[in-house]
Amino acid sequence: MFRKYLFSTDHKVIGLQYALTSLVFLLLGFILILLIRWQLAYPGAPVPVVGPWLGEANAPGGVILPEFYNQLAAMHGTIMVFLGVVPLAVGAFGNYVTPLQLGAPDMAFPRLNMASYWVYFTGGVIMLASFFVPGGAANSGWTSYPPLADIATSGQTWWLAGILLLSISSLLGSVNMITTIVQLRAPGLTWFRLPFFVWSQLVTAFLLLLAFPALQAAALLQGMDRLAGTSFFLPSGLVVSGRALSVAGGGSALLWQHLFWFLAHPEVYVLILPAMGIVAEVIANNTRKSLWGYRLMVYSIFVLGFLSFAVWAHHMFLTGMGTAVSAFFQATTLIISIPSVVVLSALVLSLYGGSIRFTVPMLFALAFLPMFGLGGLSGLPLGLAPSDIALHDTLYVVGHFHYLVAPGTIFALFAGIYYWYPKITGRMMNSTLGAIHFAGSLVCMNLIFMPMFIQGLGGVNRRLWDGGQQYAHAQELARLNIPMSHASWALALFQLFFIVNLFGSLKFGRRATTNPWHATTLEWTATDSPPLAHGNFATPPRVYRDAYEYSVPGAAADFTPQNEQAGS
Amino acid sequence: MDIPYTTAARPDTGVNNPTLGIWLFLSSEIMLFGSLFSAYALIRGGADQWPDQSSVLSVPLGAINTALLVLSSVTLGRALSALRSSTHPTGGADLYGPRSYRLLMAATILLGLAFLGIKAFEWNEKLAHGLVPSTNNFLGLYFTMTGVHAAHLVGGILVNAYLLGPGMRLWRTEPERYAGRIAAARLYWNLVDVVWIALFVVLYVM
Repeated sequence: MFRKYLFSTDHKVIGLQYALTSLVFLLLGFILILLIRWQLAYPGAPVPVVGPWLGEANAPGGVILPEFYNQLAAMHGTIMVFLGVVPLAVGAFGNYVTPLQLGAPDMAFPRLNMASYWVYFTGGVIMLASFFVPGGAANSGWTSYPPLADIATSGQTWWLAGILLLSISSLLGSVNMITTIVQLRAPGLTWFRLPFFVWSQLVTAFLLLLAFPALQAAALLQGMDRLAGTSFFLPSGLVVSGRALSVAGGGSALLWQHLFWFLAHPEVYVLILPAMGIVAEVIANNTRKSLWGYRLMVYSIFVLGFLSFAVWAHHMFLTGMGTAVSAFFQATTLIISIPSVVVLSALVLSLYGGSIRFTVPMLFALAFLPMFGLGGLSGLPLGLAPSDIALHDTLYVVGHFHYLVAPGTIFALFAGIYYWYPKITGRMMNSTLGAIHFAGSLVCMNLIFMPMFIQGLGGVNRRLWDGGQQYAHAQELARLNIPMSHASWALALFQLFFIVNLFGSLKFGRRATTNPWHATTLEWTATDSPPLAHGNFATPPRVYRDAYEYSVPGAAADFTPQNEQAGS
Repeated sequence: MDIPYTTAARPDTGVNNPTLGIWLFLSSEIMLFGSLFSAYALIRGGADQWPDQSSVLSVPLGAINTALLVLSSVTLGRALSALRSSTHPTGGADLYGPRSYRLLMAATILLGLAFLGIKAFEWNEKLAHGLVPSTNNFLGLYFTMTGVHAAHLVGGILVNAYLLGPGMRLWRTEPERYAGRIAAARLYWNLVDVVWIALFVVLYVM
C-alpha cells in the first residue's frame, strides 16, 4: 500500500503525486491573490466571509494589514512559480508523459525520482509552515531582494530553507529527466523522431540543472547574512528605522539580484517551454497535420535555452549597473525574442490548412497562441532599457508576465490535463463543463490582466497595499481595480467547473478507448489507457516513423502510429 | 521490470545511465561553486579594503590539506583500477573485493577524515580568536565557501563508507554495477578535490 501509492518508484504514480500536490498549491496561490484582489478593490474594508479566520496579527477585524499584504504578495509569487506551475509542468507532465512517449519502462533512476518528489513536498510544507511563525511568512517579494530580505522577519529564513530544498528537488529531477531522454529512447526513436514535448522537457531540464545552483548559492549567502551576521548583501552605512545597522558592511545588494536572476530568468523559460511542448502535441493532434517546421522549432528552443542564460540583467536596468552592461543585456533580450517568435509562428502556421477539431484541449491550446503572443510582445518595451525605466515596477510588468504565465502557461497546462486525462484514468473529461471552464477563464483572465497594462502605462506601481490610491496620478486608474477584482472572483467560480470535472469524471466520465484522440505518439499507441502499472509496455515498442504522421496520403487512417511498421 | 543501460553503455550514446547522470550532477555542482566564486569576486572587487588573506589564514595547514585531498583522489583512482582488474567474485576471499581495493578505499576515507580534522582545527582557531563570519566579508566568505565544501566532503565520505561497507553486497551479485558506483563516486570525489584546490588558491594564496 505504502509502496504502491505513497513511496512508489513508478514514474506514473510520482507524476500523479506531483500533479495533485501542485494543483493544490496552484489553488492556494490563487486564494492568496483573491485576498489581495479584495484589498486592491476595497482598501481597508474588512474581507468578507474569510476575514475573521485570517488571524488578529494579520487582519484585525478582517482588515488586511500592510505587513500581511506583503506576505500574501510574496507567497503568491513563490507558490505559483516554485510550487505550482513548474512542478506541474515538469514534475507532473514531464514525469508521467515523457517515459511513455519515449517507449521507456520508467525513468532512468526511479528511486531518485521518488526522492525528488518528497524533497519537493518537504520544501512546500516548510513554505506553508512559515505562515505560522512569528511575523508570518516571507514578505520581501518572491524575489527576496536584500537589504530588505536580510532584515525581514523570520519567515524569510523559512523561505530560504524551502528554496534550498526545492532546488535540490529540481536538481534530482533534471538529472533524471536528461538521462532518461538521452538513454531510454525506444529502438528506432531517433532524435528527430522525438515528439516536440520531449524536446521541450529536455531543454527545460538543462535550464533547471544549470540555473538553479545560482539561487542555491544565493540562498546560502542570504542565510549566512540572516543567521551568522555576515554582510554579503549589506552595504556599509545602512540605516534601518533611523538607526545604523551594526554589521561589518561592505557587501553588495546587487550581488543578490545577479545571482537571483541568473536562476530566475531561465526559470521563466522553464515556465514556458513545457507549455509550448504541450500545445505542440495538442495542435498536431487536433489539426490532423504534422507540425509546421518541427526541426526549426527544435533548433529554436535550443537557441532559447542557451540565450536564456545571457539575458538575466534586463531585470536590473534601474539598478545603476551601467549603460554598457545595460546595452549588452538589452541586445541579448531582443535577440532571444526571435526564437520565441519562431516557435509561436510555427505553431500558428501549423493551423493553416488543417481540419481543426475543436476539442477542449484544442480550445485551450488555441487560446494559448494569442495570449502568449500578447504576453511576449508586451515584454519588448521592458527589454529596452529606455522604455523600461518608465515601466519598471509598474503594473504593466505584472500584466506582461501574467499574460505569459496565466492565460499562457496555465492554459497550456489545462490543455495537457484535458488531453492526457483519458490516458491516465481511462475516462474522458466532460466537454461541456470543459468548454464553460475554458470560455469563463479566457474572458475573466483578460478582464483582470488587460487593465493592468492601462494602469501600468499610467504609472501605477505594483506592490502597493492600497492599489495606489494615495497617489494623485493613480486615483482614476485605481477605480479599474473593482471590475478587475470582480473578474478574479468570477474566475474562481469558473475553476469550480474544472474541479468538478476533474474529480467527477473519475466516476462518471465516458470510458475512453486506448487511443481516443487518434494520436500517433507512443503513449497512446503502444500501451493501454491507463498504462500498465510497472514497465508501461507489455512488449517494448519499436519506432518506425516520425512523431506526427497525420493525414499521410495513401495511409489506412488519418493517423499512422509511430510504432507501426511500414507496409503492415 | 529492468531499466536498460544501467551497466552496459548504450551503443549510440556511448555511455550508461549512471555515468551520464553523475556528469550532469557534477555540471550542476560546478554551477553552484561557480556562483560562490563569482560572489567572492564581486564582493572582493567592490570592497574598499581587503585583509591580507595569507596572514589571516594558515597557508601551511591549507597546503597540507591540499596534499591530503590530492592523495585521496589518487588512492580512490587506484582503488577503482584494483577493483576493475580483479576477476569477478567466485567466492572465498574475493567476497569482499580484492584486498588492495579495500585498503585503498579505507585510505581514501581516512584521508578525507584527516582533511576534515584539520579543517575543524582551523575553524576552531579562527573562532577562538574572535574571527567569526560576521567580522568581515572575507571571513564570511571563507566560512561559507569552506563550509559548503566540507559538507560535500562529508557527503562523499559517507557514500564511500557505505560503498565499502553495506554497499559491498552489490559486488557479489552485480560486480559491474558495483564498479560503476565506485567510478561515479570517484568522479564526485575528484570534483570535490578540484574545488578545494581552487578554494586554496583563491582564499589562502591570492
